[in-house]
Amino acid sequence: MATRATPVVVVVLAVLAAWYVAAVAMNADLQRQAFDTAGTADAAWPDFVAGTWSQAHPRLPAPHQIAGEIGRSVFAVAPTSKRSLVYHAGITLEATALGFLLGGLFGFGLSLLVVHAPSLDRGLMPWIVASQTVPIVALAPMIVVILAQVSVTGLLPKAVIAAYLSFFPVAVGMAKGLRSSDPLHVDLMRTYSASRPQVLRLLRLPASLPFLFASLKVGVAASLVGTVVAEVTKSEDGGLGARLLAGSYYGQTVQIWAALLVAALCGAGLVGLVSGVERLVLGRFGGGR
Amino acid sequence: MSGLAWLGCAAVWLAAWGLVELIVRRGPRRGFAGRAAAVAVPLIFGATVLFWWEALVRGFAVPAVILPPPSAIAARIVASPAMLAADFAQTMKGLAAGYLIGCGGGILVAVAIDRVPFLQRGLLPLGTLVSALPVVGVAPIMVMWFGFDWPSKAAVVAAMTFFPMLVNCNAGLGATTALDRDLMSTYAASYAATLCKLRLPAALPFVFNGLKICTTLALIGAIVAEFFGTPIVGMGFRISAEVGRMNIDTVWATVAVAALSGSLLYGLVALAERRMTFWHPSFRGRRS
Repeated sequence: MATRATPVVVVVLAVLAAWYVAAVAMNADLQRQAFDTAGTADAAWPDFVAGTWSQAHPRLPAPHQIAGEIGRSVFAVAPTSKRSLVYHAGITLEATALGFLLGGLFGFGLSLLVVHAPSLDRGLMPWIVASQTVPIVALAPMIVVILAQVSVTGLLPKAVIAAYLSFFPVAVGMAKGLRSSDPLHVDLMRTYSASRPQVLRLLRLPASLPFLFASLKVGVAASLVGTVVAEVTKSEDGGLGARLLAGSYYGQTVQIWAALLVAALCGAGLVGLVSGVERLVLGRFGGGR
Repeated sequence: MSGLAWLGCAAVWLAAWGLVELIVRRGPRRGFAGRAAAVAVPLIFGATVLFWWEALVRGFAVPAVILPPPSAIAARIVASPAMLAADFAQTMKGLAAGYLIGCGGGILVAVAIDRVPFLQRGLLPLGTLVSALPVVGVAPIMVMWFGFDWPSKAAVVAAMTFFPMLVNCNAGLGATTALDRDLMSTYAASYAATLCKLRLPAALPFVFNGLKICTTLALIGAIVAEFFGTPIVGMGFRISAEVGRMNIDTVWATVAVAALSGSLLYGLVALAERRMTFWHPSFRGRRS
């Protein structure tokens, strides 16, 4: 474990170091101006460097500033307050989970159809692929507007956008997975004169589990991206995307970075959660490593 | 709409379905006719969906603010080619620059860290992690750093494409068998020769897989970055501005252009892939 962690830790430390240096370089102009207006243009360089790392509106905030902002908005504020990142992360995760559920089920259903109907495989599959070359996020503002017109508001519009992004990996991965069972096993099932539902339940579905989890991991990450983008267009409900937008309107760079980092943590957490379920389920099926 | 019209619509649906079934079950599978059939099936499918879209919107008299019929969108595209072309050009500037920087950078870094296992073990877990993150979130930051015009869009696209490319390319560089490498070392091939003649070609399928993923990501990045501030041109700007003004047909026209350009980009990469990795099993086995 230690040997595997060392390189990662070293690289992370190097990134942090480079970040601090970059923060000095990028905030230098602002800091010079600040010192000029304060009449202390001849400040010693340690003060100068410390200054670039502690501005209120830096071009690039230093890591400890972001960590401080996250700490403040997570621990110092009540989790129900609109200034709490826990509150916003909760909204985002809610929509992400619903979108992931919808998208996962839809993708799974599509894969069943595609695997069992050859005409759908050849007619529908190219469109499924094409649907992803459509920049989904371009549709996001419109989906929100359309659904608002038919008085569907709240969680669902965001979840729909998240679902649109996350159904594709599941559909494609499962279409491949359901076809990945060993031909010998399929023949065996046929000699037992198993019906199609039986083949599906007893052979194809268990055989597709590794594909299912690989695509679920991609899907849950895509779902989070979709939700964050949807929140940028539908910012009145709050959420991490709305925090990003508000931060960019008011020049609150530290707030943007904090929201971004929390979104990253959520993404890593969700993927980790799916990996955990994968290990459990595959272990039960004897496929765990 | 009258019952007769509905009957007509249902007849069109059934006819299209029957035709598709016929082509799939009885149609030619090989040669030129087979390829034409493979294109025709999804086209018939798409045309039927468009037909039903038009029929439903007209039949239920859906207001154009909610969902315009395809004919209205087509009319809008024909009516304002200059605006759409300007938006397209603006977005493509950022996209192309970012795509080249991000993908090129990803490949170069993958080759560079290839000789340093320590960096590989350190960077790759991070790369996999970053690939799963909502990188589009850096859009407001990039707009702040690089201004409203296309360089900030290029920066977002580069940030989004770099890590997926790095991870894919690195996987590709490891895709040679020990036998191949032994052969190269019996030729006393240098590191550079092994890289150019064996490992880079062997990595191409993975590189193209990364490039394909990155086309979609790049388009998303370029358009989302325009939501956060832009000169008054660009596909992302057009979409967010016209949604606010309830010109939904213009929005759909822009989305159609974006979808078309996305598919074209993907198609270009797929074409290049087929040309350059013709030796790969997934193409060799195809019907010729």
